[in-house]
Amino acid sequence: MIGIEKLSLTLSGIPVLRDVSLEIAAGRTLGLVGESGSGKSMTALSIMRLLPHGAQMRGAVHLENRVLSELSERQMCAVRGAEIGMIFQEPMTALNPVQTIGDQVAETLLVHGAASRPEARAIARERLARVGLVPERFPLDRYPHELSGGQRQRVCIALAIALRPKLLIADEPTTALDVTTQAQILDLIRELVREEEMACLFITHDLAVVSEMADEIAVMKAGAVVERAPTAALLREMRHPYTRALFDASRHQPERTAARSEAPLLEVRGAVRDYTLRRQHLFGPRPTFRAVDGVSFALKRGESLGLVGESGCGKSTLTRAILGLEPLQGGEILLDGQPVSPRMPAELRRRMQVVFQDPYGSFNPRHRVARLLTEPFHLTGRPPDLEERIGEALENVGLAPSDRDKFPHEFSGGQRQRIAIARALITRPELIVLDEAVSALDVSIRAQIMDLLADLQGQFGLSYLFIAHDLTVVRAITDRVLVMRAGQIVEEGETEAVFSAPTGAYTRALLAAAPVLPSV
Amino acid sequence: MFRYVINRLISLGLSLLAASLVIFAVVEVIPGDPAAFMLGLNASEDTVAALREDLGLTGTLGERYFVWVGGMLSGDFGTSYTYRVPVSDLVAARLWVSVPLALYALLLSILLALPIGMVAAARRGKMLDYGIMGLTQLGIAVPNFWFAMLLVVLLAITLPIFPAGGFPGWDAGAFAALKALTLPAVALALPQASILARVMRSALIETLGQDYIRTARAKGLSEGQAIRRHGMRNAMIPVLTIVGLQFSFLLAGAIIIEKVFFLPGLGLLIFQGITQRDLIVVESVVMLLVFAVILVTFLIDLAYALVDPRLRHSR
Repeated sequence: MIGIEKLSLTLSGIPVLRDVSLEIAAGRTLGLVGESGSGKSMTALSIMRLLPHGAQMRGAVHLENRVLSELSERQMCAVRGAEIGMIFQEPMTALNPVQTIGDQVAETLLVHGAASRPEARAIARERLARVGLVPERFPLDRYPHELSGGQRQRVCIALAIALRPKLLIADEPTTALDVTTQAQILDLIRELVREEEMACLFITHDLAVVSEMADEIAVMKAGAVVERAPTAALLREMRHPYTRALFDASRHQPERTAARSEAPLLEVRGAVRDYTLRRQHLFGPRPTFRAVDGVSFALKRGESLGLVGESGCGKSTLTRAILGLEPLQGGEILLDGQPVSPRMPAELRRRMQVVFQDPYGSFNPRHRVARLLTEPFHLTGRPPDLEERIGEALENVGLAPSDRDKFPHEFSGGQRQRIAIARALITRPELIVLDEAVSALDVSIRAQIMDLLADLQGQFGLSYLFIAHDLTVVRAITDRVLVMRAGQIVEEGETEAVFSAPTGAYTRALLAAAPVLPSV
Repeated sequence: MFRYVINRLISLGLSLLAASLVIFAVVEVIPGDPAAFMLGLNASEDTVAALREDLGLTGTLGERYFVWVGGMLSGDFGTSYTYRVPVSDLVAARLWVSVPLALYALLLSILLALPIGMVAAARRGKMLDYGIMGLTQLGIAVPNFWFAMLLVVLLAITLPIFPAGGFPGWDAGAFAALKALTLPAVALALPQASILARVMRSALIETLGQDYIRTARAKGLSEGQAIRRHGMRNAMIPVLTIVGLQFSFLLAGAIIIEKVFFLPGLGLLIFQGITQRDLIVVESVVMLLVFAVILVTFLIDLAYALVDPRLRHSR
């Protein structure tokens, strides 16, 4: 139905795809997995012929009995949206913010001349209802900013399937979504593929997701397909060593040797954080929103504590309060018995460091590594052994002391995250807050960083507060876990106990929604 | 939307209040005695006292401020010291030149800049784009009075199509009046259009990298359609900001062009007011210009809300 034959691609002369051949039958889903830069998205964009400037494509793409790779740009415009629909990773930005959702869905029909304006609106209404956005609650004149991420992804799906395309390309469609939302969107895509008899190319880095979605899986590495087989057979056999390495990495369990003591390092007692909202009336009182609602827990020395919850549950707010960046409206937070607040002394701040998700965004690109690493000392003053500390911190995270004079862009994503960890280590803290610190990394890099974190914990007796939405990672690396919902801790316990026998309904729902790798 | 407009109106009122206080303070308080200042160093005590009486400078500061503001609210801007006529008459006559000129120039600037910016964005990185960028660079670098003189030489002297200067008044007919304003408007518009075209180009290029453009392309829109239907409106926000600033500038900043073309505009009035130490005129005209600028800002804010639904719903 859709066939790709020996597709090769170069971008400004650099090879990106090598001899990629795939085919998908109607009503079937092909999962395309691989790490970032393996060429998954470029394969999809080659089918769509939406490649960046400087791209040179060889090979052929067939859709039914036509050769797409030979069509003119004008003819391709008639194919895109009508015969091939595509959805992308970032639902928050994939829709035009200044156009209503109805107009954006109807546009697919109008641009292909498939319907008159009133007809297009009627079909848009029907298609939006089909993806679960019923017109009573989501009228056509809503704007994207009035919808949540999951709802926006539904709009994207509605406009991609408005003309009942023969092929649906889904490029990481749920990567930016919470697990429960992800489960709903995956269900929807599965259902649509079956009902509308579409072929589906499902691109993801998440092996658990692909094993649930795909009839057949193709594994890509460095621009080439290294293994391709029906899902069950591929999971059973894993012929190519890279496939096996990928699966091992995503199940990776770091060896942890750290000794836990009973003495609490961080204590949170009845923490309350209110945000003031805008006035409803000109002279009315300002309403407040309680983001953190009476949270209490203790983090022991040498412990790894997980904090999980969906977006908007208050975990970021709680993190900021723990770091002493925002004041509390009730309760208290103590680090080794001393109160934490925005006005806490620098020496106390030194004992608590943070590593964020995005190693790109948290470094000033114009500073060299040495300067980035020594940033925390702006608070406490430079120690006399600064130079040795820089080299030591870099060695501790597996980099060379000579890397100190490089700029952030000279490193890969995984190496940048190592620099972020080195920056946290350099003040010799006792607690490191890891805020989605491995979420943006590929599975193999993620496994290495998790090993590194476990090592450092054993070596320096560190305590970790590990904030993540990825339950697999939390399960692999923490001793105890807190489940947060609507500002409250709804479940707390030893990690294994919570994961194997959750007591709360919410935790059960969260775990049920999370895709799991079939054990082989 | 209603709340947004109310908020903007409140901010407009507060800005006006603040501006009036600052202008009042600068003119009446800071340089010492305005009457002595207006008459110069050699004036006798008696003349200064008489003028002070004349200007109503005898009350307390608070009284004087309220008399000034109250007067302006009822249309009484005082009497010009040099011209001996009500300032409101002076200003009204000048406004009939300056406002049409500013609007004319702004319209030309927009009509030139938007298509040029769009073409440059669509052909970004190609020869045409480099050519356009080079020309706009020139348009910004060359002062507008030089354009003005060039235009006079070409289109008023060599080819006598337009008058070389002067303003016949609107009584002479709209056509004659617009004809007299055409060369000054073009001279004013060229540098403004160059700036606006560059803003338009970069705003469009910025939106072209956005995910929703990719979505639009995946729907089957051609690149041109994606730019027109999805890029334009999103690119309008920075463009509107610049348009607002340009109108404010054109209203008061046309002074050199007014001089080149002998146009009786606001810029010349304020210049004469300053050189002749006619503080009454300066104070009132400055306040009027501030009012115009704040009003334009308010209108631009409303335009933002029309362009961007997120503003309508949130702020």
